[in-house]
Amino acid sequence: MSGAASLEVEVSEVAMVAHRVKRFRLVAASGAPLPAFSPGAHILVTLADGPRTVRNAYSLMGSPFDHRCYQISVLHTEQSRGGSRYLHERVQPGFRLSISRPVNLFPLAQLGRKHVFVAGGIGITPFLPMMEELNARAVSFELHYSSRSKDHGAYVSQISRFYDDARVRFYETGNAERLSMDRVLARQPLGTHLYVCGPERMIEDVMASAKEAGWPAGNLHSERFAGGSAGKPFTVALAKSKQTIQVNEHQSLLEALEAAGVEAPFLCRGGSCGECETRVLACERALIHNDHYLSPDERISSAKIMICVSRAEGGNLVLDL
Amino acid sequence: MSRVNPSRPVYSGLDPDPCAQAHLILADAEGVAAVIELFVKGDGAFAPRATLLSLAGNGLGQGLDRLGAKLLRLLPDVPALLRDFAERMADALMGTTIYVAGSEAFIGEAARLAGSYGIAFASLRTEHRGSIARRVQCVHCKSTEEQVVAATVICSHCNLRLMVRDHYSHRLNAFMGVWMDAEDRRT
Repeated sequence: MSGAASLEVEVSEVAMVAHRVKRFRLVAASGAPLPAFSPGAHILVTLADGPRTVRNAYSLMGSPFDHRCYQISVLHTEQSRGGSRYLHERVQPGFRLSISRPVNLFPLAQLGRKHVFVAGGIGITPFLPMMEELNARAVSFELHYSSRSKDHGAYVSQISRFYDDARVRFYETGNAERLSMDRVLARQPLGTHLYVCGPERMIEDVMASAKEAGWPAGNLHSERFAGGSAGKPFTVALAKSKQTIQVNEHQSLLEALEAAGVEAPFLCRGGSCGECETRVLACERALIHNDHYLSPDERISSAKIMICVSRAEGGNLVLDL
Repeated sequence: MSRVNPSRPVYSGLDPDPCAQAHLILADAEGVAAVIELFVKGDGAFAPRATLLSLAGNGLGQGLDRLGAKLLRLLPDVPALLRDFAERMADALMGTTIYVAGSEAFIGEAARLAGSYGIAFASLRTEHRGSIARRVQCVHCKSTEEQVVAATVICSHCNLRLMVRDHYSHRLNAFMGVWMDAEDRRT
């Protein structure tokens, strides 16, 4: 399987929706309806910035019932590797982009009796279509949304217009408002599923609190922002295709392979799906595992690497590709 | 060579969940011994948080009342036990760990009910005790045969001779039985 199958889209609208956050509306270049998606799905957007090609994952945040357009929200990050800056500074209505078909690695648990969403900052995006679907199906949910301020939090007013206070709760972290996970986790009915999307640290904290409160792993779901693919430069040698490729400090291993014309497997590009697992034949320096897929034993063995987010701490790396 | 059958449920045995705020424990007559062992493994905090549902009768002087469970309910039969279980799940909170011990058919029915309350099979703690009998669904007429211990069985509704495939449906709580001599009886 390859995540490369692509759709050509045109940007039909760009709107500033919060501090450093822009929303992009995408329609098929052909004018045809776009493939349906389920809440929680994301697309990969291919951005060719000069000689570099970056593929970034963005959650689809529009209505799952609207097949005329996709909508994504992009935070202009300070440590952007190019993707978010390019979208913010260069992409205007009428611009053509190449995107992947939607892939869902963060779906709603359909049997859940209740759904609790915990969002940090731009991590709100996958929850917008989820709430819309649950609202339409009259399934119970609640949202706990933290951002630095209400101006930093995208879609705060839209959310409070659609959903009553009993179901949504905002926390202005810049105003010392803190989400208390103990309170959120207490007194939830059996069969509740918990979803977290936000910064790594938040996800770890929420997951740890839930496990401590006796929630089973099967009821806990998280989606991380991709990242962690920058680091020291290193050399990768491909044993099967007999090529040697340089990976620079701003490139992921997968991006360097693609730039050299190597068709490596991938799907999520966020280190969670397992599609790009690659055998390591030799490594001169330690591997830096940034994925959420390999088990602790597999990490220590240094026999496998997830090439979309992980890399080597310099030196030479030999892959079975 | 052992083959892994991904549909076949795996019953890993009962161990106390140290993080659980409450324990909801079910045992049919065959599962009682596993539950007694579970209480022995639990620390001092285990029994005071445990609700135990089992069956009356069966000469059940097996000591369930001496385990110290917060609540012990002995129901007249399996359907009554499962109804009680469903009512408790409706009121239970997250942080409740569910334990099921007994025959495969009993675990399967309890798991099916738990699934309808949003609890996946993998989140249950289960231990298979007693008979290896299986429930088998005739894939042709969709009726179910209980207590099947052989690899073949005659469907009591449509009279076909079924081969019991090692293919389990969590939704139906049954193994699939397929007409075994279909080629010989073309009509």
